[in-house]
Amino acid sequence: MAIEARNVSKRFGSFTALDDVSVTVGDGALMALLGPSGSGKSTLLRIIAGLESPDEGEVVIGGESVTDTPARSRGVGFVFQHYAPFKHMTVHNNVAFGLSVRRRPKAEIEARVRELLGLVRLDGLAERYPSQLSGGQLQRMALARALAVQPKVLLLDEPFGALDAQVRGELREWLRRLHDEIHVTTIFVTHDQEEAMEVAEQIVVMNAGRIEQTGTPRELYESPANEFVMSFIGPVNRIGDAYLRPHDVEILAHDDGAATEAMIKRVVHLGFEVRVELTLPDGRDISAQVTRATAHELELHEGQILPVRLPQPRVFAA
Amino acid sequence: MLGKGLLGVYLSVLVLLPVAALLAKSGTGGASQFWREISSPEAVAAIKLTLIVSAIVVAINAVFGTIIAWVLVRDEFPGKKIVNALIDLPFALPTIVAGVVLLALYGKGSPVGINVAFTRTAIALALLFVTLPFVVRSVQPVLHELDVSMEEAAESLGAGPLTVLRRIVLPSLTPAIISGVALSFARAVGEFGSLVLITGNLPFKTEVGSVYVFGQIQNENLPAAAAVSVVLLAAALVVLAALTLLSRRRSKHVL
Amino acid sequence: MSSSASGSLALSPAPAGRAAPGRDGQRADRALRARKYGVRTVALGYLALLLLAPVAMIFYRTFEHGLTPVFDAIGEPNAQHAFWLSLEIVAISVPLNTIFGIGMALLLERGRFKGKALLGLLIDLPFAISPVVIGLALVLAYGKTGWLGDWLAENGIQVIFSVPGMVIATAIVSLPFVARETIPVLRELGTDAEQAASTLGASGWQTFWRITLPGIRWGVVYGVVLTTARALGEFGAVSIVSGRIEGETQTLPLFVQARFENFDVTGAYTAAVVLALLAFATLVLMNLLTRRTRADTAA
Repeated sequence: MAIEARNVSKRFGSFTALDDVSVTVGDGALMALLGPSGSGKSTLLRIIAGLESPDEGEVVIGGESVTDTPARSRGVGFVFQHYAPFKHMTVHNNVAFGLSVRRRPKAEIEARVRELLGLVRLDGLAERYPSQLSGGQLQRMALARALAVQPKVLLLDEPFGALDAQVRGELREWLRRLHDEIHVTTIFVTHDQEEAMEVAEQIVVMNAGRIEQTGTPRELYESPANEFVMSFIGPVNRIGDAYLRPHDVEILAHDDGAATEAMIKRVVHLGFEVRVELTLPDGRDISAQVTRATAHELELHEGQILPVRLPQPRVFAA
Repeated sequence: MLGKGLLGVYLSVLVLLPVAALLAKSGTGGASQFWREISSPEAVAAIKLTLIVSAIVVAINAVFGTIIAWVLVRDEFPGKKIVNALIDLPFALPTIVAGVVLLALYGKGSPVGINVAFTRTAIALALLFVTLPFVVRSVQPVLHELDVSMEEAAESLGAGPLTVLRRIVLPSLTPAIISGVALSFARAVGEFGSLVLITGNLPFKTEVGSVYVFGQIQNENLPAAAAVSVVLLAAALVVLAALTLLSRRRSKHVL
Repeated sequence: MSSSASGSLALSPAPAGRAAPGRDGQRADRALRARKYGVRTVALGYLALLLLAPVAMIFYRTFEHGLTPVFDAIGEPNAQHAFWLSLEIVAISVPLNTIFGIGMALLLERGRFKGKALLGLLIDLPFAISPVVIGLALVLAYGKTGWLGDWLAENGIQVIFSVPGMVIATAIVSLPFVARETIPVLRELGTDAEQAASTLGASGWQTFWRITLPGIRWGVVYGVVLTTARALGEFGAVSIVSGRIEGETQTLPLFVQARFENFDVTGAYTAAVVLALLAFATLVLMNLLTRRTRADTAA
């Protein structure tokens, strides 16, 4: 099912959470709403889910306007940041809940729950209680629960925000694979640009209630529409009004005449990448990004003075 | 929604209507009659007695309640759990039974020879009994959550135990103590059941406000009863409001 | 109570290995211990004199002449009637207050409207009013010469001097407990699970019954225990509203007073002991449930 939000606005008191926002999500797509806190991304998600109602605008799911339909009749699956488990029910009953509310026959419920627990790799834990599960397991249970009623769309609100880095990585990959298998239209909200870039096919970058840019991860990285998108999506060097990516700063082995000189202030080893903090002759600080191999080859160290080449920086119209 | 309507009706029948009727009755005959009722010598004596004894009792509670809360949180001894549970006894015990119980030990026929029946001491005793839990239960959770590292920091800076108590611990507990005192006072001012048997209800001597009101109802002097009731209610509400505000203001600095 | 392990130097038990060295340290330790024991004695002594000794005394006095007088007193018809009347009033007022309390908690925590503070105050009002004043207010509202007196008489409804009035009086004094105990639990529960249930297709009622109520149940139960204890023990308001007609509108607490004033000490003490035992049962329940509510919300 395709999802459309048309000219949605929402205010909370004097605070404008969404200002005339329009988004289209294709059928079966996997889209991320990316932005800092307060950008309105969660609000938009919740309006699509029907957990909030917009002050203006409409929501269309599968061609039908659902703006006046309550959450429980929209056929959306929603996954919360803190999992929202039904603490007093077993994992089995949590997953079965949507089906039991629709009074499906017991046999059907059993079969479906078993199928889903297998899908999310929680078989064997059906009789446990949420308090006995880890964060990653709880989130998988939440997903199984949401998928049990075969929702038309799957909405996830910062689903991995409360998890450890390692579990987060695992679940990201897992979500991607799940989507490949099930092809449900999926929208997830995140403030982590790495997560958005890694998982989503399309990203909507939001800021202060407005959409800054929509595109594939590559499009956003290589052709950012403005400073905000450029700074948010990846690391930047800001030189006055111009922006430069650290990995575009070339550190040369030999001066080829057209290069500038710079002094290394600090070398930070981040694993495979090495960040080199440089001071330019005019006193400005920028950072460059090189591989381990390059850093090793050039024997980069503090205090070293080397030639660097700065490509044409990007300047955005005011 | 139907639910909200039913809730509203329930609340009206139980609280709004009766309170409105009370206020109306106390106002019949205008301000002059109101004043006459509450300034009759017996009424004045009763109100005064109530307020003074309640004030003394809550002061004692502030001290002992805090000490008891301290011992329950910071100390360890066998049977502590039982003692902790017993603090709520005055909440759970019917007030009339409290009166009977105190009379058995501290009234006529007392095995230890203490007979305070029909004295003002008896009033204080009964009020101390029924208001015991308020300060204790108010202070306990705050004490429990108190960050010990504050006291340790003070210690490391050279403060002796009494100084730590006075300048670190007590200020943190003050909002809770005040809050407990407010609830104690409101309760003490209105207390009736435990006083009925133990004080003998002697006008001008041991007759408190609530007993005076009861007497006036018996004598079918409802305007007098209503007038004094309003005074007692106002006293309780004013003190409750004032102390709650004070407590909240203090806790802004402390928490 | 794990914080006592490294508690304030002033009065808590000195943690192992913290004894200051040298003679001065020993003196300091002894002073510390003396202070600790001193405070403990003051606290426990106060409690013993105020709470324990009197209660023990009652039990002693009741049974000091053997069990026969006690059983006789229990079997006495007015005593029996008073007991069952008390239970009957509790059986009506407590469920009503429970429903009201849960409803109010939902309204205050999940509802959106102005005047919540006022509503909260109204619910808490019974705490600040003397039971005698409540009785008076009821008489003024529902008595023969009261506001609704004529209307009630026309419709043949007797409120004051009969059981309905006593039920209302009891309900008023025990009104706030379920609401007050449920509100923080409801707040702690949060709305996430309820919203999840909504997205899964549950109706408002289904969500309340299957998700919210199980989530707040221990808070509700604790509130019910407090409500019941208060209702059982109510004296002042019921005294005024009932007319205290022995064998008809006399609850157990009123019975205690009546017997005491008529010098039937055994009768009074026996009834008092029954009420005291019920109070102890309440304490036990309160304690068991406090642990439950804390465990639940910590999960």
